[in-house]
Amino acid sequence: MWEQANEIWWSYGWPALIIVGQSVLLMVALLLIIAYLLLMDRKVWAAVQQRRGPNVVGPFGLFQSFADLLKFVLKEPIIPSGADKSVFLLAPVATTVCALAAWAVIPVSADGWGTWVVSDMNVGILYILAISSLGVYGVIMGGWASNSKYPFMGALRSAAQMVSYEVSIGLVIVTVLLCVGSLNMTDIVNAQKTGLGTQMGFTPSALDWYWLVLLPMFVIFIISALAETNRPPFDLPEAESELVAGFMVEYSSTPYLLFMLGEYVAITTMCALTTILFLGGWLPPVDIWPLNAVPGLIWFLAKIVFVFFLFAMAKAIVPRYRYDQLMRLGWKVFLPISLLMVVVVAAVLQFGPKWGVV
Amino acid sequence: MGLEAFFFYIFSIAAVASAILVIIARNPVHAVLFLILAFFNAAGLFVLLGAEFLAMLLVIVYVGAVAVLFLFVVMMLDVDFAELRAGFIKNAGLGAIVGGIVMLELIMVLGFQSYSSQIIGNPAAPAPLVTDNVTNTEALGRILYTKYIFFFQVAGLILLVAMIGAIVLTLRHKEGVRRQSIAVQVARTPETAMEIIKVAPGQSVFPKNEGPAE
Repeated sequence: MWEQANEIWWSYGWPALIIVGQSVLLMVALLLIIAYLLLMDRKVWAAVQQRRGPNVVGPFGLFQSFADLLKFVLKEPIIPSGADKSVFLLAPVATTVCALAAWAVIPVSADGWGTWVVSDMNVGILYILAISSLGVYGVIMGGWASNSKYPFMGALRSAAQMVSYEVSIGLVIVTVLLCVGSLNMTDIVNAQKTGLGTQMGFTPSALDWYWLVLLPMFVIFIISALAETNRPPFDLPEAESELVAGFMVEYSSTPYLLFMLGEYVAITTMCALTTILFLGGWLPPVDIWPLNAVPGLIWFLAKIVFVFFLFAMAKAIVPRYRYDQLMRLGWKVFLPISLLMVVVVAAVLQFGPKWGVV
Repeated sequence: MGLEAFFFYIFSIAAVASAILVIIARNPVHAVLFLILAFFNAAGLFVLLGAEFLAMLLVIVYVGAVAVLFLFVVMMLDVDFAELRAGFIKNAGLGAIVGGIVMLELIMVLGFQSYSSQIIGNPAAPAPLVTDNVTNTEALGRILYTKYIFFFQVAGLILLVAMIGAIVLTLRHKEGVRRQSIAVQVARTPETAMEIIKVAPGQSVFPKNEGPAE
């Protein structure tokens, strides 16, 4: 009896405990990082406008995000009397859970023993694509369940936006996958160890990463990621100054916090995805000492912060797009270019000289 | 009973329960949400079978695209529930016939699959062995782009025709709508945009092109 219990523990209990431990560790680290990315977002925005930004709570305002969290949680959640109560509360939870679930397959570093990832699945990039396409449900459900005209219109507007930009993101990912030849996230990073730079005789460096070989796709991906996650200059879903708050009009307190949290997690996911697809994941910028002695996790985080800095600068500098301009950019500019690039990349890989890629 | 069996029962019970709830939910939006839950559980079952590529495609295509459109349409329609329920009895017979035929077909397919040794021994393509180190994405690609390339292309053509048909049916060119033409705006120069008029004292000004100002 004791033997059997012992065996069950070691074959099921222990692995389950490890998986739960990994997930909790990842989630806590992720949320902490996001708290400070949020602060960075506001500080960058303030610096561009020559303000100081949040600087009251803690030294240099370092505890601002936690103060905001407390404020949101302690407020009273208001549910409109005409609302569909269950769907109304399910929508923000769905947004946050889907956004967090995407991190299960994102590898953050690798060492001699393997990749630092919760689930190193074969179709990792498809999983990310599938989960990020679910973000639109939180928006539609929230807008509909509020049972009010403005949230509903806002939900339709932002759902159309998110679905449109998913198309070009999908095609950009296809071009990268063509070069890699695998859907596994770890393979995508490892494929960038050699490339254009090593073909020209340099040591493995940032020149090997796909941002250089696939430069147009890199630009399209960053802009589409901004639009997909409803970041400025494409923040039509919640344009504070003219469209009130889109689908979030009726939300307050913790449900609203969950929407905001889900949005920032999705933005961080997009930063991580940009890092993995185009900026070589955890690889050092030049493979020489002392750069390659720095742990991969540090490089990965540094690259995420760099991409997030680009996003924050775009928010501070670029004026908001009009809705028809947004749709024109997505369907008439990005879609044809990325479709053409899929064909060009496939043709080069099949018939062209074997340059760095593959 | 292993962990897989445990998850299989969770997914299949949830799938069947949500499929039933799709039919009996009063609110059509709730019905679509339960449909999405059913798709999810089906994807979970695919993962358990080791067909993770199909699982992800199911989520991307059905949950990410098709169900969003369902939800759009259902939300935009102003559904009268009393009318719907009145029609239920009238159409129940037809629905039962269609459901019966589908069920009969399913039983026949599954029955033949289990009892006919010919079908078991003769699959369209042998499943790749785990030891081959072939991912199921690659295995599917190998059969889809070789043996079934014609059917694959025909399916793509049918989708293309459907897409063009939908665009043709809904495309309307409204008269009298002034659209922004970025090329025209960018091409404006001081010569085309403004006109310098010398106004004589005591005279009024008549612009050359009369009408509402731009």
